Amino acid sequence: MAEVPMVFILAGLAAYTVLAGADFGAGLWMLLTRPGRVGPAVTRDHARHAMGPVWEANHVWLIFALAVCWTAYPVAFGSIASTLAVPLFIAAVGIILRGASYALRGQLGGARGRHLVEALFVISSILTPFALGAAVGGIASGRVPVGNAAGNLVTSWLNPTSVVIGALAVATGGHLAAVYLAADAHRLGERSLEADFRARALGSGVVAGALALTGLLVVRVDAPALYDGLTGDGGAIMVGISAAAGLATLMLVWRYRFGMSRATAALAVAAIVAGWALAQRPRVLPGLSIEQAAAGRATLLAVIVSVAVGAAVLVPSLFLLFHLYLRGRLDPAAGPGAAARTRPASGRDARHRTAQAVVAAATLLAGVVLTSVIGSGWPLVLGVVCLIVCAVATFGLVTTDITEEGSNGRAAVRRDG
Amino acid sequence: MPVDPDYLWQARQMQALSFAVHIPLVCFGIAFPAMVLFCEWRSLRTGDPVLATLARRWSKVMLALFAVGVVTGTILSFELGLLWPQFMARFGEVFGLGFTLEGFSFFIEAIFIGIYVYGWDRLPPRLHLLCGVPIVVAGVTGSLFVIAVNGWMNHPTGFTMRDGVVVDADPWSALFGNSYFWHEFVHMYFAGYIVAGFAVATPYAWAMLRGRRGRYERTALTVAMSTAAVAAPLQVIVGDWAAREVAQHQPVKLAALEGLGQTTRGAPEHLGGWYNGHEVVYGIEIPRLLSLLALHDPNGTVMGLNAVGADEVPPVNVVRFAFQTMVGIGTLLALLGLLFLYVRLRYRRLPRSRWFYRAAVAAGPLSIVALIAGWVTTEVGRQPWVVYNVMRTTEAVTGASGIPVGYGTLVVVYLGLAAAVGWLLHRFSRVPVEVHDDG
Ligand code: HDD
Ligand code: HEM
Ligand code: HEM
Repeated sequence: MAEVPMVFILAGLAAYTVLAGADFGAGLWMLLTRPGRVGPAVTRDHARHAMGPVWEANHVWLIFALAVCWTAYPVAFGSIASTLAVPLFIAAVGIILRGASYALRGQLGGARGRHLVEALFVISSILTPFALGAAVGGIASGRVPVGNAAGNLVTSWLNPTSVVIGALAVATGGHLAAVYLAADAHRLGERSLEADFRARALGSGVVAGALALTGLLVVRVDAPALYDGLTGDGGAIMVGISAAAGLATLMLVWRYRFGMSRATAALAVAAIVAGWALAQRPRVLPGLSIEQAAAGRATLLAVIVSVAVGAAVLVPSLFLLFHLYLRGRLDPAAGPGAAARTRPASGRDARHRTAQAVVAAATLLAGVVLTSVIGSGWPLVLGVVCLIVCAVATFGLVTTDITEEGSNGRAAVRRDG
Repeated sequence: MPVDPDYLWQARQMQALSFAVHIPLVCFGIAFPAMVLFCEWRSLRTGDPVLATLARRWSKVMLALFAVGVVTGTILSFELGLLWPQFMARFGEVFGLGFTLEGFSFFIEAIFIGIYVYGWDRLPPRLHLLCGVPIVVAGVTGSLFVIAVNGWMNHPTGFTMRDGVVVDADPWSALFGNSYFWHEFVHMYFAGYIVAGFAVATPYAWAMLRGRRGRYERTALTVAMSTAAVAAPLQVIVGDWAAREVAQHQPVKLAALEGLGQTTRGAPEHLGGWYNGHEVVYGIEIPRLLSLLALHDPNGTVMGLNAVGADEVPPVNVVRFAFQTMVGIGTLLALLGLLFLYVRLRYRRLPRSRWFYRAAVAAGPLSIVALIAGWVTTEVGRQPWVVYNVMRTTEAVTGASGIPVGYGTLVVVYLGLAAAVGWLLHRFSRVPVEVHDDG
C-alpha cells in the first residue's frame, strides 16, 4: 500500500511533464521563430492560441503531485522542499511570471510594453522546466538527505545530473510543443505553419534524443547508482520504450501522421518518468525507503480513496475538455454564432414575489434566533442554513425586475452633493 | 538544528504577503461564477441582451482573475514546503488530505472554466449554462477543503503525539470531524460574496458618478450590489458565531482580540485604544458587553492574557487592531447593504444620492481590507503556535538560508503582478460595450 500514492504522484508528474511541458515548450517557440516560412508574429500567435482552453487544467497536475507527496510522504517532502529550496523557488517565480505574462499578452495587442511581457514569458517558459528538472536531478542523484535543509543548498541542484535533466526537460517540452502545434496547424489547414512546426518537431526530437544519450553518459559518471537502475531490469525496459516511442514519433511526423505522433511523443516522455521511478526503487531519499517514508495506514487509505473518488469525477471532465478542444470546438474564430434563442420577458407575478418575501423574512428571523440566541448544536446548523436561504431569497427579490427597463431606469443620480 | 530567529520573522512576512495576494482573488473564485451564471440564466429566460452582454464580459474577467488565482495558489503550495518543511514533515499526513481533495476541486474548476469561457457561441446555450455549474460547485468545495486545514491548525484533532512523532493519524476526523472549521467556512464563504460583490460594484458606481448611467451600468451595479448586500448584514451574525467559537476553543486568542489583561467577571468591551501590556488605554469602555457577546451572560468570566505564560501570548495590538478594523468595516458594509436593499425593495430603483455611490466606490477596497484583517486576526491570533498548542511556529520554519532574497524577489514579483492585474482590468473596462439586441 505504501507504493500506491507514489504511483499517483508519478502519474501526476508524467501528466504535468507532457501537458505543461508542451505549454512551456510553446514559449520556447515564441523565441525561436526563425527560420520559418511564416513570419514571427503569426508563429507566436499560433503558439499562444493553441494552449488557451487547456492552460489552467494543465497546471493543476503539479499541485496535485505536490499535495499527494506531502500527505503520503511527509518527511521526504519536508527534506526535498528545504534542501532544494532554490530551484523550487525559481520554478515558483517562473510559474507566476509565466501565468501573468500569458494573461497579459492576450490582451496587449500592439500596446507598449509588449516586448517586455513577451520576454518575461519566454524566459519563464525556459527557466521553470529547467529548475524543476534540476530539482529532479538532485533527488535522482541522491543529493537530498533526510532533514531540514540538511543537504547542500547549491550543489544539490547545480551538478552534472541536474543540469542535464534540466536541459532535457526544456528540450522535450519544445519537442512536445512542436508536435502538438504541427498537429493543430494541420487541423486548421494552415499549410505553411504546419511545415514550419513539422521541421521544428523533427529538429527538437533529434536534439532531445541526443541530450538523453548524453545524459546517460553523464549519469554513469556522476550518479552510478542511478545509472545502474536505468540500465537494469525495469529501468532498462522503460528507457527502451522511451527510445522506441521517440523514434516512432520522428517517423510519424516525417510522414505527416500528426494525430498518432501526439500519442507517441507523450509516451516517450512519460516512459522517462517511469524509468526514473523504477531506477530509484525502493529508495526515495538516501537511507529512506518508500516504506519508511510512507505516512500511517489511515492516511494512505484516505489518499487512495479520495483519489479514486476524485478520478471518477475528473476523468470524464478531462475527457470532455480534451474532446471539445481537440475537435476545435473551443477555437476562438468562426463559430456557428449560435445566438441565444430566447423567450420574451416573462414578468413574475406578484404572488411569487410575496411568497419570496415571506420566505426571506421567516428565514431571517429563524436564522437570527437559532444562530445567535440559541447558538449551539443542531439548532445552530439549522440557523446557518436559514441564513443562507434568506440570502438567496432576498437576492431573488431584489433582482426580480432587473430586466425591466423601468425598474432601475429611474435611477438618475441627484446632481447635488 | 537551531534556526536563526530572523528566518522566522521573514518567513512569516513572506507567508502573510502571499496570503494577502491570494485570498482576495479567491473570493472571485467563490462568488464571481455564481454572478456570471445568474446573468446568463436570466438572459436565457428573458432574452435580455444587457444581461447576456454582462455575462460575456464578466466571464472574461473571471478567467483572467482565475489564472492569477492559480499562480498565486501554486506559490502558496510551494511555500508550505519552502518555508515550513518541519511542519509539513510532521503533520503532512494529518492534514495533507485536505489539499489532495482540493486538488480535485481545482481540476474541475479549471476544466469547466476553460470550457465555459471558450465555449461561448460554440456550445448550445443550455449546455453552456450547464457547464458553468461545476465551476460554482468547485468554488465552494475548493475553499471548503483549505479551510478545513486551517480549522485543524487552529483546533488540532485526529492524531496522537508520542515523543514528538505523530501516531494514529486519522485525516478524515482531523479535517471534517473538527468542530472549529464550520464557522470559518461559512464566514469566509459570505466574505467571498461580499468582496466579489462590492469589488465588482466599485467601477460601476464610479461610472454612475461620472455620468455614465446607461442601462448596462445600472444592471451591472444592481447585480453586483445585490450580491454583496444580501451577504453583508448576515455576516455580522456569522461573525458573532465565530467569536463565540473562538471564546470557547481559543480563549487566549479572544483575550488578545479584546486586549483583556486580567481574567475578569462581567468583562467590558473596549473600542479603539491601545493595549499597554496590562490593559487597554484610551479606548471607549462598554461595561459587560464582552461577557455578553462571548458567553451570552453579562456576568460571565472571560479568561485574560495573564492566565498563560508570556511566551504564549500573540502580538496583542496587531490582532486587536486587525479585529477592530474588520468589525468596524463589517458594520459599515452591513449598513450600506441594508440601505441598498431598502431602496431597491421599497422604491424599486437604485438609490439617488451621490453619497451612496461614493460609499459604493469605497466599499470594494474596504471589503478587501476587512477580509485580510480577518485573516490576520485568525492567523496572528494563533501565534506563537502553528498548530495550536502542539507545535510552535519556531519549530516549523525552514533551516535554509537566503530567505531575505526570496522575500525581496517575491515582493517585486507581486508588485508586478498587481500592476499587471490592474492594467488588465483597466483594459477590459475600455473595451466598448456592444449590446447585441438579438432576442
Ligand atoms: C469581508 C470580509 C469580512 C467581514 C465584513 C467580517 N469578517 Fe470576520 N473574518 C473574515 C472576514 C470578514 C475572514 C474571512 O477574513 C475571517 C478570517 C478567518 C475566518 O474564518 O474568516 C474572519 C475571522 C473572524 C473571526 C475569527 C475567527 C477565528 O479565529 O476562527 C471573528 C471572531 C470574526 N471574523 C468576527 C467578525 C464580526 C463580528 C464581524 C462583523 C461585523 C465580521 N467578522 C465581519
Ligand atoms: C498550512 C500551513 C500554514 C502555515 C505554516 C501557516 C503559517 C502562517 C504564519 C506563520 C503566518 C504569519 C503570522 C504572522 O505574521 O505573525 C500566517 C499568516 C496567515 N495565514 Fe497561515 N499558515 C498556514 C495555512 C493557512 C491556511 C490554510 C490559511 C487559510 C485558509 C491561512 C491564512 C493565513 C492568513 C490570511 C495569514 C495572514 C495574512 C496577512 O497577515 O496578511 N494560513 N500563516
Ligand atoms: C495554505 C493555503 C493555500 C494553498 C496552498 C492554496 C493553494 C491554491 C492553489 C494551488 C490554487 C490554484 C488552483 C488551480 O489551479 O485552480 C488555489 C486557488 C484557489 N484557492 Fe487557494 N490556497 C490556499 C489558501 C486558500 C484560501 C485561504 C482559500 C479560501 C478560503 C482558498 C481557496 C481557493 C479557491 C476557491 C481557489 C480557486 C481559484 C480561484 O478562483 O482563484 N485558498 N489555491
